This record gives sequence, structure tokens and C-alpha cells, in this order.
Amino acid sequence: MEEGLLVRRIREGTVVDHIPPGRAIAVLKVLGLWPPRPNGHRIAVVFNAESRKMGRKDIVKVEGYHVGEAESRAIALVAPTATINVIRNGVVERKWKAEPPEEVEGLLSCPNPTCISRKPGEPIKPRMRLRSREPLEYRCVYCGTPVRGGDVERYLTV
Amino acid sequence: MGGFRVLESFRGRDVISILDFTRRELEELFEVADEAWKLARARPLRGRILALAFFEPSTRTRMSFESAMKRLGGETLLVAGEEAISVAKGENLADTVRMLDAYSDAIVIRHRFEGAALYAAEIAESPVINAGDGRQHHPTQAMLDLYTITKLFGGVDGLTIGVLGDLRYGRAAASFLLGLTLFKPRMVYLISPPQLRPRRELLDELKSRGLRFQEAELADVLEELDILYVTRIQRERFPDPSEYEKVRGSYRVTLDMLERQAKRELKVLHPLPRVDEIDYRVDGSRFQAYFTQARLGVPLRMALLMGVLGGEA
Ligand SMILES: [Zn+2]
Repeated sequence: MEEGLLVRRIREGTVVDHIPPGRAIAVLKVLGLWPPRPNGHRIAVVFNAESRKMGRKDIVKVEGYHVGEAESRAIALVAPTATINVIRNGVVERKWKAEPPEEVEGLLSCPNPTCISRKPGEPIKPRMRLRSREPLEYRCVYCGTPVRGGDVERYLTV
Repeated sequence: MGGFRVLESFRGRDVISILDFTRRELEELFEVADEAWKLARARPLRGRILALAFFEPSTRTRMSFESAMKRLGGETLLVAGEEAISVAKGENLADTVRMLDAYSDAIVIRHRFEGAALYAAEIAESPVINAGDGRQHHPTQAMLDLYTITKLFGGVDGLTIGVLGDLRYGRAAASFLLGLTLFKPRMVYLISPPQLRPRRELLDELKSRGLRFQEAELADVLEELDILYVTRIQRERFPDPSEYEKVRGSYRVTLDMLERQAKRELKVLHPLPRVDEIDYRVDGSRFQAYFTQARLGVPLRMALLMGVLGGEA
């Protein structure tokens, strides 16, 4: 990890690498780590790091926090290219590419203004179900309206 | 006769989309609908209460549910018109549904927001029946349409069906098309002005479910059709009123047209109410089946209510 000069290695925690540039804060939001709490985890964020594969990328390091499978799926939604590195005792215990979740609740709003999930005053969270991975497409559980590929970012609630 | 044993698989179920049901279940429903008047004599739903929550204007569907419930010996609670509007203004739908859930054994709901019925079903303990949610679903209309075709032709398989009208905003047409995917019609022609073509999601769904269909012009396919299903333009769902003005009156089925081109056995269906899509001269002709269709709404809904609310009272 070439940004090693900027941020020291962590012994326990998670490194989310290969985040599309500009999405690091969104990654922290889906992890519930944004805004940071005064006594919370130590977090390092690198914006616009060099990347051979991507040109530029963001990186997030969280000390003392081990990202799980479900959270990695939420990360995939805001950062489809992300790789997750879980670090224990100073070594990468597991590294994987985040895959988009089958169903998302609350993270993606429905584009349809007359969808019940958009009705003001209702205790309802938008729910979207994965319809296709390639190309990426979600459909609203309530009204069937699709959110496709590049539009996913537009309808993120974080 | 204690409890009656009809439509076991319908018991307590929500009715949100026509696709919640299998072909076999629909066929069983139609068999019970054939017997509905006979079964009604025992007043099987005596003591049961059906809430009718119509947040969008409706006469036909509401009265058909009301009549069906009363024929079965049950009672109805109605929230409609001004009352529904003021309820809708005063509190959220979730609270209204909780109230109706407490006062009744099942809830029929019509609402202008897509997904409202599914949302109500998530909140209510009692079964929820969707009587139309925005432009999305109208499953009991689709059941009725398929039932009517079954009565007229003995089944749906092998028929050539034209669906004419507003395929973009019309929930009846969309639900009918989804319902057809459960059967094997020979061919389904989608006939609409360019602005009212079906949304891509619906076309994707029809394709992925293996329905044989294609878009067509009425004049090119009329002579092949066994069924011509006509719908009105859904004026109230146009995002822009000037768009409505552009398409109003853009299609019309006349008796001359039918006599010149259609098969003698062709039947015209329409979920009603109509605006001007069907010439009144068709009413008295051998082609007319929309009044038959409307009449079958009560026994079909009786069968559905017996299924959903059935069993021991
Ligand atoms: Zn929606």
C-alpha cells in the first residue's frame, strides 16, 4: 500500500481500499462511522491516492473495527470497486472484493415520487432488491421502479 | 355446515399483485366463483367485517367488493370520499391501517401511491387486498379479466389477445398482462400510442416470464384477435396535463371497424369506466363482453373473500 508514508500501518482493524475517488466519506457513512465520535475509532482517510488500476482512489482505515460480510455488501453499493482487508495481529487475515447486497434497506431511495416509500410522514424505509449484478440494477420492493448502474449513486441516501 | 372448505391456500393471504398467485390457484378461484351464488346461501361470512379504504375515487370496484361481502352475509366498514381525504390529511397511512386492522377482519385498500397496499400489508395483521395502488397493480381486476375470458372461451391458452390503450399508466392493463404470463396465450399484441407504450420494467417482466408478445398497430392485427382488451387513458396519472391533451382521443374502437375486420367470435373487454375508447354502438353487438365482465366482478370477489376470510367464523 503505497500510501504507507502518510498513515501508519494498523495492527487491528480494517482497510477499505480501491474506493472510487470521492466516495470515502460515503463508505464511512454506511459503516455508521460518520460523523466521527470524539471517543470513537481511530480513522484514517486518504483521498485521491495513486492507483495503478484506477488512476486515483480513496482509502479508509479504521482501527479496532473488523468489517463483516453484511457491511461489505453495503460498502459495495457506495463503492463498487472496493476491496476489504481485515487485519488482525498486524497481518491481513482476510481480503475480499465487496459484492452488492441482495436487498438494501434505507440506503437507496426510490426515484418514483409517487412511491409509498417517498410519502412524507410515513414510518417507512425505502427497500430495493437486486435484480441484476451486471449491469447493476436494483428494483424498488414497493413500486418496482428500477435504479440502474450509474444512477445508483444519485439515489444513495448517504 | 360449520366451516366451509374452499381455497385453502388463499386463507389469510394478502392480495397485492396478480403474480402472488399460481395458475392453479387462479383456476381454483374461478371454479369457486362459478359456485359463488350457491355457496352464498349459507351466509358463510356472517359476523365478519371487511374494511374498504378508498383513498382514490372509485365506484365500481368499491361497490363490487361491498356487494360481494354483503351477499356472503358479512358487513363492511367504509372509508371513502371526503372522509378518506380528511383521514389521509390528518394522519399517516400507517396509523389509519392500524385502526382499520383493529376494526375489521380484512382490509381492501385503494391508494394513489404505488406500493401502498404492500406497505399496508406489512403493518396490518389482517389480510390486505389491493384494489389499486397508483399505476402499479390491480390484482382483483386481473383475476376478473382472466375469469371472464375463461367463461367466454373455456380458458386462456391458445388465444390471440390485443391489449389496446394506456399501457404506461394503466394499472388494469399492466396487471392483466402480468396475469397473462401465468397462462399460454398464442400471442399478445400491445397496441398503444407511442407516448403510452409500456414502461421498460413491464416489458422486461413479460419477456423474462416467457410471454409471447409484440407491439403492433390495431389495423394490422385486428383480424387475428379473439380478445380485444381496451383501456382508457389514465388522465389523472399524467405528470403533465399538456401531454394528456396530445393523446386524448387517439384511439377508438368502432362497430364499423369490428364488422369490417374482426372475427365474428371476437369479444371486446374493458375494465370500465370508459371515456370514448369504445363507440356506444358496440354495446348492443355480439362483440360486447365488457358488461358481462363487469357482472362477473361480484362472484369473483365473493370467491376471493371466501378464500381469504374463509374457515370458521
Ligand atoms: Zn418505489
